[in-house]
Amino acid sequence: MISQILFIAITIAAIALFSFNLKKVIRNIKLGRPADRSDQPAKRLMTMVKVALGQTKMVVRPIPAALHFVVYIGFVIINIEVLEIMIDGIFGTHRIFGGLGSVYNFLIGSFEFLAMGVWLACAVFLIRRNILKIKRFTARELTIWPKSDANYILITEILLMSAFLFMNAADAKLQLLGAHHYVNAGSFPVSQYLHHLLPDTESGLILVERGCWWFHIIGIFAFLNYLPYSKHFHILFAFPNTYFSNLEPKGEFTNMQSVTNEVKAMLDPSFTPPEAEVGRFGAKDVNDLSWVNLMNAYTCTECGRCTAVCPANLTGKLLSPRKIMMDTRDRMEEVGKNIDKHGTDFSDGKSLIDDYILREEIWACTSCNACTEACPINIDPLAIITEVRRYAVMEESQAPSSISAMLGNIENNGAPWKYSPSDRFNWAKED
Amino acid sequence: MSGKLNIEVPTMAEMIARGEEPEILFWVGCAGSYDERAQKTTRDICKILHHVGIKYAVLGTEESCTGDPAKRAGNEFLFQMQAMTNIEVLNGYNVKKIVTGCPHCFNTIKNEYPGLGGTYEVIHHTQLIQDLINEGKLKAEGGESFKGKKITYHDPCYLGRANGIYEAPRKALEVLDAQLVEMKRCKSNGLCCGAGGAQMFKEPEKGNKDINIERIEEALETHPNIIAAGCPFCMTMLSDGVKMKDQNQNVQVLDIAEITARANGL
Repeated sequence: MISQILFIAITIAAIALFSFNLKKVIRNIKLGRPADRSDQPAKRLMTMVKVALGQTKMVVRPIPAALHFVVYIGFVIINIEVLEIMIDGIFGTHRIFGGLGSVYNFLIGSFEFLAMGVWLACAVFLIRRNILKIKRFTARELTIWPKSDANYILITEILLMSAFLFMNAADAKLQLLGAHHYVNAGSFPVSQYLHHLLPDTESGLILVERGCWWFHIIGIFAFLNYLPYSKHFHILFAFPNTYFSNLEPKGEFTNMQSVTNEVKAMLDPSFTPPEAEVGRFGAKDVNDLSWVNLMNAYTCTECGRCTAVCPANLTGKLLSPRKIMMDTRDRMEEVGKNIDKHGTDFSDGKSLIDDYILREEIWACTSCNACTEACPINIDPLAIITEVRRYAVMEESQAPSSISAMLGNIENNGAPWKYSPSDRFNWAKED
Repeated sequence: MSGKLNIEVPTMAEMIARGEEPEILFWVGCAGSYDERAQKTTRDICKILHHVGIKYAVLGTEESCTGDPAKRAGNEFLFQMQAMTNIEVLNGYNVKKIVTGCPHCFNTIKNEYPGLGGTYEVIHHTQLIQDLINEGKLKAEGGESFKGKKITYHDPCYLGRANGIYEAPRKALEVLDAQLVEMKRCKSNGLCCGAGGAQMFKEPEKGNKDINIERIEEALETHPNIIAAGCPFCMTMLSDGVKMKDQNQNVQVLDIAEITARANGL
């Protein structure tokens, strides 16, 4: 009875804490400017099913794709087991689905194989990150925290899977002993090999079984509550992120409506622009970005596929699209904390540009869209780079001098070079 | 060969004055108009249009920058000024269909002009060439033979990833009976030449290599006779890269339109 109350209390606390933190995340995302992504719901749904659920963009790199697929399937399917744990925990039952007989045996057996798969995949991931030091995982922006974050997640998953397997092993041994409360249920194709590692006494086995049971479920709750602080948020955000992703051709940049009104008024004096909202052109800080840009930042898993294909990064420039996403999230978190502490009108005098994203980074971008193509969950670093450039150019008139000269040429003679418009057609007359 | 242009290139103004309307407007672009190397491609596009008998026109001195480099550089004002001025000219001439000589112009007019009141059917010149081949109007005969030559095609970002056009330029090369070899990074995985996003007009940021060198090294790994391009900016970057690698005696960088014109003896 006490354990049931304890279980319910822990469950409520875990879910309440997660909801509290999730609300903050959503509030932070809503700091962004509006963007309409309500069009083409069917196409959006298809994109989500293909890209997030079906992981179609992962296959470009087959080895991590296969490993990730094991962990993903393991995560999703083993959660059926969590449902049983929840019911058992609340009602004090044991293996409540055991009555399903052979179906249950099949399920538990599959979970065991999946758990072993997840265990091994995470071990390989740890080796790739820490021993093989794959280039994607050794970049400048992967400082201590992002590296530890990745390792914590992998180690936690290994511990959770170990607990699951040891729990089953102890359970099976207790079933063999005919211990009270331990109904004969489940098949244990993997954990049977752990039997010799466990004690032989009933009390010892119960201790292991209960210990692992509690560790497994508390671990899952802890993991849930770790998500809002971690790059691992993608397991939830991949879905809305792909649903709301850009469906237009990648080359199409947004036309700024605020500018359209002003330009129309300039070209046609009789045009009266609708009441203009006070706002800045482009993005100086995170609240100048759209909510989609901000959701992208929370979704980013820092896998670095974007940076690995970025022509600027490949040739030693400072720009890394992954860092653009990480900076956006870090700044957003900082702004969020400021709001919590000092209210919405507080300004800490910092901004996304300069304090996080450097000008040298944004001016290295070729807008080639390799990063957006490479992202397995349709994150768009280029949109953020463009907004920051817009701020630098339109609000500050700060661009590399050759860019300013090019802009001046377009303005004065309708071409990015200093040629006379009257010479534009000379190509037809020359050799 | 891309020599003197023996044909009259009709302008929109002249055509309208004669009471005629062209089937298609050829949008030349700034590079195609002013850059000496790109001008050759421009002239070859005209030769192809003339050869197949399509009624076309150019804007001549009425054309102005689409605003693409301004937009990528972050100057939305200047972009929209250019766009709206151009749209006024295009709509004034009742233009329906446009072929561009540059993927950047193509992308901008096709994707970004409709929101500002300029909706046209826009194709890139490699798509036009593909269509003409499909319709049987254009073959690869009567000119230079490319049989057996090794050609590698560099995907321009604003044609490939930006707009999903990978097949049209390859189709134009397939009819040559040449040996097409793909670079390691091609199609949706293609590596930028380094000129996009207004980089064409500035010095690269600090790094350890120029992007066009990285790309040309990859192109040279395929041991090509010809590197095919579809963009005047890529043309500049790739040609510079070939020169830097001292390979300009062995490797030619040619636009798809130039290759097509040569193959047809235009």
